Amino acid sequence: MSWWRRLSRRNRMEEQLEKEMRFHLDQHTADLIAQGHNPAEARRQARLALGGPEQVKEDCRDARGTRWLGDLWHDFRYAARTLRQRPGFAAVGATTLALGIGASTAIFSTVNPILFDTLPYPHAGQLMMIWDIFQGARSDVTFHTYREVAARNRSFDALAVMEAWQPTLTSRTSRTSRTSASQPERIDGQSVSAGYFRVLGVAPALGRDFHAGDNADDRFKGPRVTILSDTLWRTRFAGDPAIVGRQITLDDDLYTVVGVMPRGFENVLEPSAELWSPMHYDTGHVTAFETAEWGHHLQMVGRLRPGVTTDQARRELNTITLHPVPDFPRPPWAALKYGLISNPLQGEISRSVKPVLLAVIGAVILVLAIASVNVTNLLLARGAQRRGEFAMRTALGAGRPRLIRQLLTETLLLALLGGALGMLVAELGVDALVALSPSGLPRAGAIAIDGAVFAFAFGVTTLVGLVVGLVPALYAARGDLVTGIQQGSRRTAGGRQFTRRALVVSEVALAIVLLVSAGLLWRSLARVFAVAPGFDAGRLLTMQVQYNGHRYDDGRARRRFLAQALEAVRRVPGVAAAAFTSLLPLSGEQNGTYGTQFEDGRSYDVSRYAVTPGYCQTMRIALRRGRLLDEHDTAAAPPAVLIGESLAKSQFPGQDPIGRRVHVGPLNRPWYNVVGVVGDVKQGSLVDIQPHAVYLTPAQSWFADDTMSLVVRARGSDVTALAPAIKNAIWSVDQDQPIVRVVAMDTLLAQSESQRRFALIVFQAFAGVALLLAATGIYGVLSGNVAERLREIGVRAALGASHGDILALVVRQGMALTGVGVAIGLGGAAAASGALVTLLFGVSRLDPVTYLCVIALSAGVAAIACWVPAWRAARVDPAIILRAE
Amino acid sequence: MTPKSDLPQGTLDLLILKVVALGPVHGYAIAQRLQQVSRDVVQVPQGSLYPALHRLEYRGLLAADWKETGTGREARFYRLTRKGRAQLETEAASWQRLTEAVGLILKLSEGGAQ
Repeated sequence: MSWWRRLSRRNRMEEQLEKEMRFHLDQHTADLIAQGHNPAEARRQARLALGGPEQVKEDCRDARGTRWLGDLWHDFRYAARTLRQRPGFAAVGATTLALGIGASTAIFSTVNPILFDTLPYPHAGQLMMIWDIFQGARSDVTFHTYREVAARNRSFDALAVMEAWQPTLTSRTSRTSRTSASQPERIDGQSVSAGYFRVLGVAPALGRDFHAGDNADDRFKGPRVTILSDTLWRTRFAGDPAIVGRQITLDDDLYTVVGVMPRGFENVLEPSAELWSPMHYDTGHVTAFETAEWGHHLQMVGRLRPGVTTDQARRELNTITLHPVPDFPRPPWAALKYGLISNPLQGEISRSVKPVLLAVIGAVILVLAIASVNVTNLLLARGAQRRGEFAMRTALGAGRPRLIRQLLTETLLLALLGGALGMLVAELGVDALVALSPSGLPRAGAIAIDGAVFAFAFGVTTLVGLVVGLVPALYAARGDLVTGIQQGSRRTAGGRQFTRRALVVSEVALAIVLLVSAGLLWRSLARVFAVAPGFDAGRLLTMQVQYNGHRYDDGRARRRFLAQALEAVRRVPGVAAAAFTSLLPLSGEQNGTYGTQFEDGRSYDVSRYAVTPGYCQTMRIALRRGRLLDEHDTAAAPPAVLIGESLAKSQFPGQDPIGRRVHVGPLNRPWYNVVGVVGDVKQGSLVDIQPHAVYLTPAQSWFADDTMSLVVRARGSDVTALAPAIKNAIWSVDQDQPIVRVVAMDTLLAQSESQRRFALIVFQAFAGVALLLAATGIYGVLSGNVAERLREIGVRAALGASHGDILALVVRQGMALTGVGVAIGLGGAAAASGALVTLLFGVSRLDPVTYLCVIALSAGVAAIACWVPAWRAARVDPAIILRAE
Repeated sequence: MTPKSDLPQGTLDLLILKVVALGPVHGYAIAQRLQQVSRDVVQVPQGSLYPALHRLEYRGLLAADWKETGTGREARFYRLTRKGRAQLETEAASWQRLTEAVGLILKLSEGGAQ
């Protein structure tokens, strides 16, 4: 029989119980009368023998196990009634809890897919990423390293390498109809080895997976096949079920579509990728080391054999790297002398954002704690008002556990209300978090309010309900009968007051921790943006242009296009200067690092910028020595190179670098002459250690870059307004050029710090909420205190205390609480800021300015919170109070 | 009044089962029967009789129906279920063993215990 049916039969059972008891009593009475007792006495004795019919009935209910459910139902109805009676209290409590629960739920749903959820692949725990170590830092692997590991290892079921690939998709299906005015579109994709999807363990929903034959050695003659993402298939090809086998045009070449990935497929290694194609690397010519096959530009992922542990795999990789075999020769830069780094994919995905996310989790726990403390305080205050009620119920026979349960039910109901409201907060919060989330937040697409999030919210709600209710319930149940029933007695329960004060102190302390953290992050961000990037980021518009089609296979055609496009762009009104660069600072581009070697054999890793003449002028990069690149540095002229200041200092300390010679890239090419030294420019991010840099012209580069970024210095401040005119200018040269990432340099600069900014915004919001809650906490305690001490205040006033005295009395009490809270909070903040260290920049975690500002701010807010109750106390009319006695 | 023994823990259930095993019977009669049969030695606290009955019913050892008594009033009659009968047998047997064992120990002479 189900509990519910049993409950629904409750009334009938109650009747029967009643009838059974009556029968017993009647029967016993009748027997006693028959034995000669008078009827009244007989009745009394029968009742006595049974021991109180209500008690027996209660025990019978207990025996049947329905009682807790009935009680629960009763408790809930009672709780709902009490909450309805005090809508103000219910609203404040539920809203406070909603903030705490909502914020934690929102944060949980954001971090869950990244930190806790397993990746959306079968046996995702067996996936590992493998990195090379190059110049002391982890780096991508080379193709031949992949080949060697794939051939020699026994730990992995499958290994794959991949790299980003951004082909231009044109809608026409044959090259003959070039004149059609279709918009070229650049698609994010991945160039992968054939085993990529097998490693992930996901097969295409339509068509077939890649097979080894697709990775033919010859990069020009191999078959051109591609697999589409579900989204691309639906948006660009209308979900055409006959897509498999059709040909599409990518970068002027025809590719046969062989498959479509399933709808829910999540490509965590490159979330924006919408199509995949097998990479074509040359497996021969291994000892011709100056080849793309020996460049560090591939990511490697592997799936462990079942039963092989991460450590076993690491040991085997170690053995392989330490023992080269003649079949797999290695050049010095990929000698694997320091082994390979291999880590579970799950951790690798979240590696870059983990510090931020952990800090945010810490912050939200503090917010939840403050919200809970606040509501506990509210409940304690209410408990004080309800002492009479509890005492009455105790007198009527409610046991202590019963009373505690009743109160816990009330707080649970309050928490449930808060939780329901909190889901709304979470819903909004998740949207805001996703909108704010740092670029490159992994699995951003998987952030949603799903079952796990609901379960989490419910769990938190229940926990909060219990935790918040426990202390007030224990206090309420402790109240002794006599003082409780004498409601007139205003003697304060000292313990309760102490607890309430302790709670306020802890609230203030927690808020201080959040405020200090937010302050430190704020100052860090200010320091970061105070870093000079090495160029003038104002009024600078950037966009990326990619050569599309075989007519740009020739480097001369590319250079011609650059020259013509620049000419057209410079004619646009409002353009002050313009130039192209292969590598745009702070854009997140990472593939510009090459090796350089000077005449003395010393080599450096440098950022290589292939720039059109006028780049340094456009960017306003300072010239320190020598000259800049100009129109005379053509293919026919002697190769000229500018070097960055830091490189000049490292290589030529105290000497003049002008006229020295250097190899950039391959060593079998003519020397470049250093013609100038320019100021250092931040490439990766404002906080990165300065990378060395070299600048050369595209005409004198040993290869022509596939993509170039245009930088335009505008005359006016609204740089993005120029974008359409500039795009048209480029399209007037070649209407098939895809133009992407049109963005002002200011925006790029801000985006480069998006993680720090994200943490800052979250901490600011949370610190604001915390401060508000702490202030209401102080206000609540003081108000309650003033209410309980009205008589005393009245007496003081009657004895001649001025308004100012009474004001000071109350304010002093509030500020004392604040002071203790601030002191504890500062200690806590000093300890907790250790967790923030990775996010700080240029600011000590014990930064005195931040701490002083936080003290001032919290003192100010606390003073306001104290003022209202103090003012109320000062207005007390002693005559009224004393007459009321 | 003669001194009455308190019932050892758990024996009330056994006694109820035994009384009910003799035939369908209502609560008041069970109380009477227990008192009479035990010659007033065992005082069944009536307050715990009904909770025990309800507990046994809830556990499926007893079943209950409303029937008319000899005097024409409706009373709740308890009877043993099959599960109850099995329970009675095992409990009776184990009680038997226990009392025998306790009896043996009590019969030991002081010297025999050495």
